[in-house]
Amino acid sequence: MYSEKVMDHFSNPRNVGEIADANAVGTVGNAKCGDIMKIYMKIENDIITDVKFKTFGCGAAVATSSMATELVKGKTVDEALQLTNKAVVEALEGLPPAKLHCSVLAEEAIKAAIQDYYDKSGIEKKIECSGDCAHCHAHHE
Amino acid sequence: MIYLDNAATTKMKDSVIEAMLPYFSETFGNASSTYTSAGQAARKALTEARGKVASAIGAEEKEIFFTSGGSEADNWAIKGVALKNKDKGNHIITTTVEHHAVLHTCEFLEKQGFKVTYVPVDEFGMVNPKDIENAITDETILVSVMFANNEIGTINPIKEIGAICREKGVCFHTDAVQAAGAVPIDVKEMNIDLLSLSAHKFHGPKGVGALYIRRGVKLENLLHGGAQELGRRATTENVAGIVGMAQALAEAVDGMAEKTKKLVKLRDRIIDGILETVPYTRLNGHRTERLPNNTSFCFRYIEGESLLLSLDMMGYVVSSGSACTSGSLDPSHVLLGIGLPHEIAHGSLRASLSEFTTEEEIDSFINAVGPIVQRLRDMSPLYEGVEGKE
Ligand SMILES: Cc1ncc(COP(=O)(O)O)c(C=O)c1O
Repeated sequence: MYSEKVMDHFSNPRNVGEIADANAVGTVGNAKCGDIMKIYMKIENDIITDVKFKTFGCGAAVATSSMATELVKGKTVDEALQLTNKAVVEALEGLPPAKLHCSVLAEEAIKAAIQDYYDKSGIEKKIECSGDCAHCHAHHE
Repeated sequence: MIYLDNAATTKMKDSVIEAMLPYFSETFGNASSTYTSAGQAARKALTEARGKVASAIGAEEKEIFFTSGGSEADNWAIKGVALKNKDKGNHIITTTVEHHAVLHTCEFLEKQGFKVTYVPVDEFGMVNPKDIENAITDETILVSVMFANNEIGTINPIKEIGAICREKGVCFHTDAVQAAGAVPIDVKEMNIDLLSLSAHKFHGPKGVGALYIRRGVKLENLLHGGAQELGRRATTENVAGIVGMAQALAEAVDGMAEKTKKLVKLRDRIIDGILETVPYTRLNGHRTERLPNNTSFCFRYIEGESLLLSLDMMGYVVSSGSACTSGSLDPSHVLLGIGLPHEIAHGSLRASLSEFTTEEEIDSFINAVGPIVQRLRDMSPLYEGVEGKE
């Protein structure tokens, strides 16, 4: 039921792990609903020089985390904020309808990490989330 | 491929296929066309099949009614009794861990004005007969309790529940779809009024099942039309399927004790092997009062679908009760029903065996699970800081 691309990113996820000296960490989702994504970023001079993730969730959750981190790696913060869940889905060559919320979660996880970066570096910006909290069950940290 | 999903469905036996084949070709007559020799041959096959199924569960031939499967048998039993007895009462008792064929039927009846009590089960998934007894009121027209659970394999004290219902004069249905051919069933001794069967769970064909209706038990028909199945279920009989079902069930109960011994050994080998090699793991269901072919686990900190996919990529076919595999936001109602929190229920895995399962397959499976679980845990934010803390 998953595309080859999803299976590839599920079985060989890119960027798994933690970043010890991350200056941006975002967590969305909750264990009750069966998916949590945690994104670590190293942001230097406004550029995401490194990004890693840890995910508890289904195949689609792992694959969307993997793809989302690939898509923002090396990008500027503003570019990363443009990432949409649709772009993640397209890059994965589609997701089953029941799994689309995983891509929303991935988008929100990136945004949550960047919000953390803003907060930590004293930048007074609030990122608007999609507002679709039923989907992402984000706990805005 | 190592197939460990026999609770979902089983491979048909060659002998079953062989028994069915003539009824697709030479003996294709309509069993209701009793004036033709073609019809008579089909009718004879049906009668024989009915007899075989009946004797496998201690019933009489005329108490077996073939259906399109377990779901239809459950629907028929519950809706049939409810509709027939709605003047006597409107209360039905079942449990929280039934198959959806029972639960969704009860929910449908609730919308029609019936009252349903969903009796909870204990931490092993077992129903306490006392709870059934206490739930019975003057309005109660049906008790439906599954013989054995399809997800966690727990076997219920059916005989005791049957005795209570008989004493109180309440009709007793049991969904024995997972139990039939796996554990001994005697509908008379166990005081069962209605019992559901499904052929594809015991190496028979898909799309055929049966409802045992004890002589004298009254229920409405579900399918109206021709006078097939002694006038209780219309539609031209699925002769080949029925013959296959009877053959498969007869073979399943033949030498059951021996087969059970072998299966229990393999089952316990998996249970012990997994619990010993994979930390932060629990067995779901009862340790001994469980189907000989069922194992069910929850692995903490990981999610079941990714476990399932990983195993599938390596050629192991199993199932999971995680939300992602149940197609809803919640994990399996059975795992929640035994009191597991959502986050643990999401990490479930069921491996179910058949008489075709070998020791080599089991060992290979046990060895595969540990590293996969570890890989997923290493990826899981819930596992951070857990390692080595046990
Ligand atoms: C306990 C139980 N009841 C009912 C069913 C439904 O049987 P069938 O697939 O024949 O409709 C199943 C099988 O999925 C089952 O395990």
